[in-house]
Amino acid sequence: MDASADLLINAVVSGLLLGGFYAVVSIGVAISFGLLDIVNIAHPAVILLGSYVAFIGNTVFGIDPILAAVIMLPAFYFLGVVTYQIYYVAFERRDDQSIRGLSFFFGILFIAEVGLILAFGVDYRSVQAWYAQGNLDLLVIELPWRLLVPFLLGLVTVAGLQMFLSRTFVGRAVQAVAQDQGALRLMAANPARIKRIAFGLSFATAAVAGAALIIIQPVEPSIGREYIGRIFAICVLGGLGSFPGMVIAAVTLGIVESLTATFFGPSWAPAVSFGVLLVTLAVRPNGILGR
Amino acid sequence: MVSLVAKAAGRETAAGLGNVAFIGVLIVAAGAIFGATRWIGNDYAFFAAYVVVQYIVLGTAWNILGGYTGYVNFGITAFFAIGAYSTVVLYKLTPWLPLPVMIVIGGVMAALVGLGTGYLTLRLRGVFFSIATLALAIVVQTLITNWDFVGGARGAYVLRPKMAPLIGGGYIEYLFLVMLGLCVVALATARAIERSSLGFGFAAIRDDEAAAEASGVPTLKLKLVATALSGGFMGMAGAPLPYYVTYLDPASGFSLNYAVNAIAMPLIGGTSSWLGPVVGAVLVGGLQEYLRVTIASAINVLVAGVLMVAFVILAPQGIVGLFQRKKR
Repeated sequence: MDASADLLINAVVSGLLLGGFYAVVSIGVAISFGLLDIVNIAHPAVILLGSYVAFIGNTVFGIDPILAAVIMLPAFYFLGVVTYQIYYVAFERRDDQSIRGLSFFFGILFIAEVGLILAFGVDYRSVQAWYAQGNLDLLVIELPWRLLVPFLLGLVTVAGLQMFLSRTFVGRAVQAVAQDQGALRLMAANPARIKRIAFGLSFATAAVAGAALIIIQPVEPSIGREYIGRIFAICVLGGLGSFPGMVIAAVTLGIVESLTATFFGPSWAPAVSFGVLLVTLAVRPNGILGR
Repeated sequence: MVSLVAKAAGRETAAGLGNVAFIGVLIVAAGAIFGATRWIGNDYAFFAAYVVVQYIVLGTAWNILGGYTGYVNFGITAFFAIGAYSTVVLYKLTPWLPLPVMIVIGGVMAALVGLGTGYLTLRLRGVFFSIATLALAIVVQTLITNWDFVGGARGAYVLRPKMAPLIGGGYIEYLFLVMLGLCVVALATARAIERSSLGFGFAAIRDDEAAAEASGVPTLKLKLVATALSGGFMGMAGAPLPYYVTYLDPASGFSLNYAVNAIAMPLIGGTSSWLGPVVGAVLVGGLQEYLRVTIASAINVLVAGVLMVAFVILAPQGIVGLFQRKKR
């Protein structure tokens, strides 16, 4: 096999793995924006909070970063519930979501970032775990554990949430909120309560995504911003509210970014998501699997 | 309705003024501010006042789109930095150009980028435009970081002339005077928009876009005008920045502080009239300068974010709105 074909295969494979990671990063916004119509642009900051929780769990208590994330799931769920309650009282009930609701999340994003800088400084932080180094050798290709573990984490999270949404009563209620709130109210159900649960879940996924993020790369407080464009590009491209579409979009973006980084240099990778986002919005705003 | 709001917002005497008289009042006020700053006779006063006036321009620019039409632009740093980096390019190619010309060129560049982004995303729901602008800030930063001619990631040095042209004194005095002039133009434009049919069109889009479209308001065209004007003023506000900081790198040119301040100040002051961004910028900008000197710079960046969140939750009409309510 010649060198460029080898390079191409490796780029595609690592892009595929990156895509699984992007899926777990984006699923929180797929819930909040896609299903609940709440434009939570602060989600990357919450993910970063998850990364620092995993970092503390790993360096102070010496536990596995993923285990730390799982332990903190209830705390993140609760944080999401509180955030939604503030959002509901201050904006949704007043029907004032556009300017002020967006600015609210933008303010949260900024406060979280500055808060993390004040608490941890601007140094890059990373975690220790058995999968932080080494590869899984599969004949021709080598899969780095560092990418493989977040990929699997992404698949498990997305599959689990998909099962939850389609099989359980509360999950179906969340889908009902996404379809028609007024009708749900006529069934004597409280949309705000169901949205609160769903928004809590979207924050809980950020704990897992944060652990995945700090496994893949060292983090510092402002890298969350790089993920805003990516996350929304993935959610829009996948068609809002569709998890399978989101996974396809995440893998597509992962591969395109990985190819760009391999053949043009890694500093160009952040521009890819913007290009994808703009083209999608201009050509097919409902996404590839949009309703 | 908009002119009513403007009337209630402005002082009774100012509300009745025509556009030309209003510009006269602004010029007199700007002259008085410049005179007072010179009377203090301290370079720091110019540096601090420059920042506050720059934020009045940025806040007013954001408000032309955000406050008047209801479309939220998060990509302030993109437009601001396009203005700043166009000055860096002009400084390297044609250093003899006077600063006001560089400002106009920077503004035109930023307005064109605003037009392009708006043309692709403004037909959709407002949130898509907001998200696109958020991503735009990242992509422009990526482009600048990869562009060696303007210094790339290392940054660029701009030598500030020792003496100010025309007025004498330090160059910072000249920078401040230019920024004051820009501020007069921005405020006059914003107020003229409020009282023109353009402003009524903007307000119609903000209140109910579908109804506006159905009544024959050319919504896309108006939104593009607002985006271009808003982006252009942001670019103009950023154009003198290289001379102000003398060293510009992507991390400082694209600092999130600019974005948060430019959104926080109109929201804190009130988005319904030209006065809101002025009140917000003077209060928040002044508070930040005070905190920077007395406590620490880490706290002063938090102030705008915390105040913004507090205001959008507790006082959605801003400070100007609070006073309006009392009057009624």
